[in-house]
Amino acid sequence: MSDSRQGSRFRTYTEIVELVETLGKGVVEQHASDVDDKARFPEEAFAAFKEARLLSAMVPQSLGGDGLNIKQLCKLCEILGQYCASTAMVYAMHQIQVACLVNHALTSSYFQQYLADLVEHQYLLASATTELGIGGDLRSSICGLELEGDNFKLVKQAPVISYALNADAILVTCRANTDAAASDQVHVLVKTKKCEFEQIAGWDTLGFRGTCSSGYTLTAAGHVEQVIPAPFATILSKSMHPVSHVLWGSLWTGLAASAVKKARQAVRHAYRKNPDMPPVTSLRLSEVDELLFSMRGGLYQSIEEYQGLLDGDCDDAFTNFGFSIRTNNVKLRCSEMVVDIVGKALMIVGIMGYKNDSPVSLSRHIRDAYGAALMVNNDRIRGHNATMQIAMRDS
Amino acid sequence: MYQDKLRELLSKHGKLSVDAHGLETESDLYEAGLTSLTTVNLMLAIEDEFDVEFSDSMLSRKTFQSIGALCDALEELLD
Repeated sequence: MSDSRQGSRFRTYTEIVELVETLGKGVVEQHASDVDDKARFPEEAFAAFKEARLLSAMVPQSLGGDGLNIKQLCKLCEILGQYCASTAMVYAMHQIQVACLVNHALTSSYFQQYLADLVEHQYLLASATTELGIGGDLRSSICGLELEGDNFKLVKQAPVISYALNADAILVTCRANTDAAASDQVHVLVKTKKCEFEQIAGWDTLGFRGTCSSGYTLTAAGHVEQVIPAPFATILSKSMHPVSHVLWGSLWTGLAASAVKKARQAVRHAYRKNPDMPPVTSLRLSEVDELLFSMRGGLYQSIEEYQGLLDGDCDDAFTNFGFSIRTNNVKLRCSEMVVDIVGKALMIVGIMGYKNDSPVSLSRHIRDAYGAALMVNNDRIRGHNATMQIAMRDS
Repeated sequence: MYQDKLRELLSKHGKLSVDAHGLETESDLYEAGLTSLTTVNLMLAIEDEFDVEFSDSMLSRKTFQSIGALCDALEELLD
């Protein structure tokens, strides 16, 4: 494959947006129902993404990528969320890992080369953070790097590694060594070709079925150069935590917008049948559109703040309580509003939205929407906010 | 100047894994076991002890990173 340049010029963000729109309406939507039915990886969409070089969208141009920023990536996730939330979620999860590498690993020649290779081969990156015996607390690990000279071995019992068997590499959190404290963590890249996976949990769920988030005992080996040269605490506060929340919020907003669009079609259809009087549901459509407006407003405000901090190079700001609370608020509000919005859209569409085989079915939207508050449980996040709120003076 | 008092408050509220009186001025308090919850407890104790108010912009890891950093913050607040 050649790099993102056509002749001597890089493609523009506008061109990339158009490309994602086209793929969303095409290959992504086309296979969304089958991906959902079979709880399978969206392989057609990802083959197309790789062909279109979308997996390296955030890699700097100096390494052959498109050099998109977080704000631009959020837009791409919002677009994809309209067509298939599972596909959008896998794309978002991959980009979260890329962001961790771009923001924290570029001082290492190994990772510079790895990202250049990612551009060339369009590698898909997955993540293994949660661990049996710890649950969703990202800031502690049981497993540690078993160091032998410059090589390591690592065994992690992960209740969830989304699309592990379709990924080329996984970024794994673990203790810096087997004797390190639970919170003394590193973030290490392991190549799936060199890993063993023993499945310990399946993924037959209500929604987000295409993310294939099964659990595995992961046995990996590698060289110490595969450890990102920054403490995981820093990677989490500056990149993983905020990037996750704004990208997820974006795709949930896409999902909500798609439900509102179906509601709009239903209202218009009713109006055509009786043009003398606006249907009752048009008032409901106005209401649900207000909710979508609020959801988007909060999300966009948060994206602006985060992008501003990244551009301003304010490293201390990422651990500020206020910023952490607002970053959590995006996740909390978007994940709960998406349920509210698709539920209200269903009331507007009516029985045709309740049918699985109708063109305005909202079945998948509703099942996917309920997953948003559970992936990183909202009450766990609220608990973190509750502690910080005690110290805060202003909102 | 405020170090002794800060060590005392750390011992009482920090729930550290080591003795606060034995810490270097620049030792990382988070590595010594400070958490977000104990950070809040420590902050409230410092506010009560010195009759100061931490501004929201000071509420970040950097402020509570070490006894030295806390001294700097306190001097700023008492200025």
